[in-house]
Amino acid sequence: MVKEQKEKLVVIGNGMAGCRAVEEILARDPERYDIVIFGAEPRVNYNRIMLSPVLAGDKTFDEIVINDEAWYADNGIELVSGDSVIAIDREGKELRSRSGRTESYDRLLIATGSDPFIIPVPGHDLPGVITFRDLDDVEKMLAAAERGGEAVVIGGGLLGLEAAHGLFLRGMEVTVLHLMPTLMERQLDEAAGFLLKTELENRGQTILTGADTAEIVGESHVEAVKLKDGTEIPADIVVMAVGIRPNVRLALEAGLEVGRGIVVDDDMRTRDPSIFAVGECVEHRGLVYGLVAPLWEMCKALADGCTTGATGYRGSVTSTKLKVSGIDLFSAGDFSGGEDCEDVVMRDAARGIYKRVVLKQDRIVGAVLYGDTADGNWYFDLMRQEEDVSDIREAIIFGQAFASGGGALADPNAAVAALSDDAEICGCNGVSKGSIVSAILDGSGTLDAVRGCTKASASCGSCTNLVEGLLTITLGEDYSGEREVKPMCGCTSFTHEDARRLILEKELKEIPAVMQELHWTTPDGCSSCRPALNYYLLCAWPDEHKEDPQSRFVNERLHANIQKDGSYSVVPRMWGGITNPRELRAIADVVEKYDAGMVKVTGGQRLDIFGIQKEDLPAVWADLNAAGMVSGHAYGKALRTVKTCVGSDWCRFGTQDSTGLGIKMERMSWGSWMPHKFKIAVSGCPRNCAEATIKDFGIVCVDSGYELMVGGNGGIHLRGTDLLCKVETEGEALEFCAAFIQLYREEARYLDRTAPWIERVGLDYVKQRIVEDAEGRSALRDRFLHAQTFLQKDPWAERVAGAEAHLHQHLAEIRPFAAVGAE
Amino acid sequence: MDANWLDIGPVDQLPALGARTLPVQGGQEIALFRTANGKVFALHNKCPHKQGPLSQGIVHDTTVTCPLHNWRISLLTGEAQGEDKGCVPTIPVKVDGGRIFIARAEALAGAR
Ligand code: SRM
Ligand SMILES: Cc1cc2nc3c(=O)[nH]c(=O)nc-3n(C[C@H](O)[C@H](O)[C@H](O)COP(=O)(O)OP(=O)(O)OC[C@H]3O[C@@H](n4cnc5c(N)ncnc54)[C@H](O)[C@@H]3O)c2cc1C
Ligand code: SF4
Ligand code: FES
Repeated sequence: MVKEQKEKLVVIGNGMAGCRAVEEILARDPERYDIVIFGAEPRVNYNRIMLSPVLAGDKTFDEIVINDEAWYADNGIELVSGDSVIAIDREGKELRSRSGRTESYDRLLIATGSDPFIIPVPGHDLPGVITFRDLDDVEKMLAAAERGGEAVVIGGGLLGLEAAHGLFLRGMEVTVLHLMPTLMERQLDEAAGFLLKTELENRGQTILTGADTAEIVGESHVEAVKLKDGTEIPADIVVMAVGIRPNVRLALEAGLEVGRGIVVDDDMRTRDPSIFAVGECVEHRGLVYGLVAPLWEMCKALADGCTTGATGYRGSVTSTKLKVSGIDLFSAGDFSGGEDCEDVVMRDAARGIYKRVVLKQDRIVGAVLYGDTADGNWYFDLMRQEEDVSDIREAIIFGQAFASGGGALADPNAAVAALSDDAEICGCNGVSKGSIVSAILDGSGTLDAVRGCTKASASCGSCTNLVEGLLTITLGEDYSGEREVKPMCGCTSFTHEDARRLILEKELKEIPAVMQELHWTTPDGCSSCRPALNYYLLCAWPDEHKEDPQSRFVNERLHANIQKDGSYSVVPRMWGGITNPRELRAIADVVEKYDAGMVKVTGGQRLDIFGIQKEDLPAVWADLNAAGMVSGHAYGKALRTVKTCVGSDWCRFGTQDSTGLGIKMERMSWGSWMPHKFKIAVSGCPRNCAEATIKDFGIVCVDSGYELMVGGNGGIHLRGTDLLCKVETEGEALEFCAAFIQLYREEARYLDRTAPWIERVGLDYVKQRIVEDAEGRSALRDRFLHAQTFLQKDPWAERVAGAEAHLHQHLAEIRPFAAVGAE
Repeated sequence: MDANWLDIGPVDQLPALGARTLPVQGGQEIALFRTANGKVFALHNKCPHKQGPLSQGIVHDTTVTCPLHNWRISLLTGEAQGEDKGCVPTIPVKVDGGRIFIARAEALAGAR
């Protein structure tokens, strides 16, 4: 009989790859094999990726079945379900199942998929800890959701977020714990990860990033999850979705070659010519996959090789989407960037859109889209075809419809030219193209001029490019592209003033939020805008600001001044330039104990200890703290020193207690971060021994009171102070000083000293705000003192107590032929 | 354990957009960087300009700005960017199972 002569194909794994492989083989040659499929799950083949919609309540199990029982019967396939294979005997070409059944094969296909990875923390085996892989898991989650309560999902990747979404829709309170700083960090860049996090939080989920699970707590069932930082989050269930591991046990025990997965060649053949493997369990050309698209390609290659003739699988390029309703997100390829790569970024804050396409040698190598993914497939295709996109480069970020609009439209300026006169350009202020063009024709030849007279692009700024396009079209050669006010840096078209204003108006509180709302054109800014934004945020929101150490220049990150050899200098604060034997002794001891290269009296009346290594800084600070000294902020865009002279206590010419007032000023204003460094001096008489008239704020004492001087600078461009006003009491001197500092803090551009700032805004403006407006002055002073309640913490003491310890420790140390961890 | 790679610790001890140091006894100190996307890179901790400690610079995208005179150095190739010319050696690193591995031979190059 014909039947006797058929080869026998046995498949281990009734999942997505196993069944797809069988379908592909049947499509090519339905008569070739006798087929038996073993499946550990007690059910027919279903679409695993649709378990997320089942959990979320969008689909039922019946709707996600791919092959029902009739399919197996019609194709003469024997399905052994609910019985897993436990051993393969390669010599005897036979396998054994858990129930004791043996089955011989001519060809064997392993498609065992993967197992969820479980982090082996204490409590990981408690009832209530659930993985997310098959229908049983979904049923457990649904049963738990029925009872309501709190769910903790460990893992902020694709699977974890889909689980969290489903459980949230089913009425549970959901907390997602993610080890990394951004969600889905393998697929998304920081900017998109931030948008995703914000959206999920707005929906009501709690998302904790940088959350490292220490333990799952519970007696007979989970009760809470405890993090390494001590936080405890109550939990009725814990879903572990931290990753998967290829299920390779059978292959390994059968002696097949296994790396991260079962090693196969381009025909999906293992090292044993009669054994094949497909799906998540394989390793092909060094890669393992965790998505379905590669499986389809593997199954085709396998079926070709097993029937009509080998064609070979060459590996897959993958893309990701998140199946959470209302969140459009797409990512593909590599977007780690690099100098031969070019980023094209578009942000539309009003519509919550972020798009980034990464080009390398005129080809797309990666794309991240958030909020509008319509062009995802188009980018993905261009990427896979490795198509040269230089022709449409300028327009590529606007998407396929726009970029493929032919030669003319591919130029964004041409696209703007094609718009009708009443097309709205600036949505915020309702300005049409026609009115902008007539403004330009009437003589507004720069962006700032157009902004000034039409208000176009003066609010959120997202239409800046369009307005500049109109300038180019209308003025042609005559448009210089120049702007009177320079943008902050190459990452944005906004000026410092715009950014500061919008941070307040839009209540932006984190750097990624600013970058998104203000359409930054780079993914994470640069070394020039990040420190500025960090400062603007801390100044705008003193109560809430979260420091971003990575946006601080090294000196402010390490609270010491870096030197040319990479060591640091340490300047303890000496209030008003006064010291005492105890402080001097402590400094002398530190110099000897840490073998400091030099100790020097500075131009600002302090002692500067040179040559300290970053690892020794906390110990040095501990010794100085012990003698009552705190950080001198000699490293900061902050109050530096208050220089004083001896004054009326000792000097025969002294009119007031300049030393005492200097100390009071320093006590009031130390610790405050500012746009640039800030220096104060108090001289006891007009002989001015403290050089008060070249300081940011200087006081010259006279018989009848205090002359307040502002805007001096003894640095690169020498500038003597201007007289702000004269006051009669110390109290007034302090109030005016506080108000002046706050005005400077709130209005100067980052890295402007007071001198250039006053040159720009004019002394009259400053007088009007500080001298003439008493109410305004006292409000400024109050805001300054309020901010100081948060800022006046000695950063050295915090480090001594262990804050940011990693900054002062090596990651590890290599002694040739041994690596030794430091922590 | 693979003899070609040295395990130098968990990746979560390297802050995103930050860096830490790895001294090599008798050899060049190495700076390990982590980008916003979680990618890890290793370079000699010495700016090609005047040996500034690159580990203390500000990291953005895949470059670091040297803390001493603001040269921008590529984390991928070690090349100075823009007008500046110079190159610092890079060392292969990989992250596996949440741990950082550094190529032994390159890390030890120059060490006794
Ligand atoms: C230590 C000291 C020199 C000394 O040995 O006396 C010093 C040292 C440095 N100065 Fe200064 N300046 C020192 C007094 C001054 C003075 C005089 C003064 O404060 O009375 C001035 C002119 C006054 C002024 O600032 O208006 C001064 C004007 C500058 C400038 C130019 C500022 C400007 O606006 O033009 C810089 C560059 C900068 O800040 O961008 C600078 C920068 C520096 C830096 C921070 C350079 C750097 O970035 O590495 C030096 C490192 C200090 C360190 O490692 O501790 N230093 N520097 C003085 C410390 C004063 C203190 O006790 O805090
Ligand atoms: C909730 C969820 C959502 C997902 N969403 C997406 C998505 O949106 N996009 C995407 O591309 N991918 C997604 N995936 C991943 C995708 O489902 C997998 O890549 C795909 O299922 C892998 O197919 P496979 O056949 O290799 O493994 P599986 O589908 O897991 O099939 C393996 C089968 O083998 C069985 N088995 C294992 N060992 C034995 C044994 N010894 N004997 C008998 N049977 C055995 C298992 O029980 C299982 O049924 C998702 C996965 C999950 C869990
Ligand atoms: S003047 Fe200031 S910045 Fe210049 S070398 Fe001296 S300490 Fe350094
Ligand atoms: S040493 Fe790095 S820029 Fe000068």
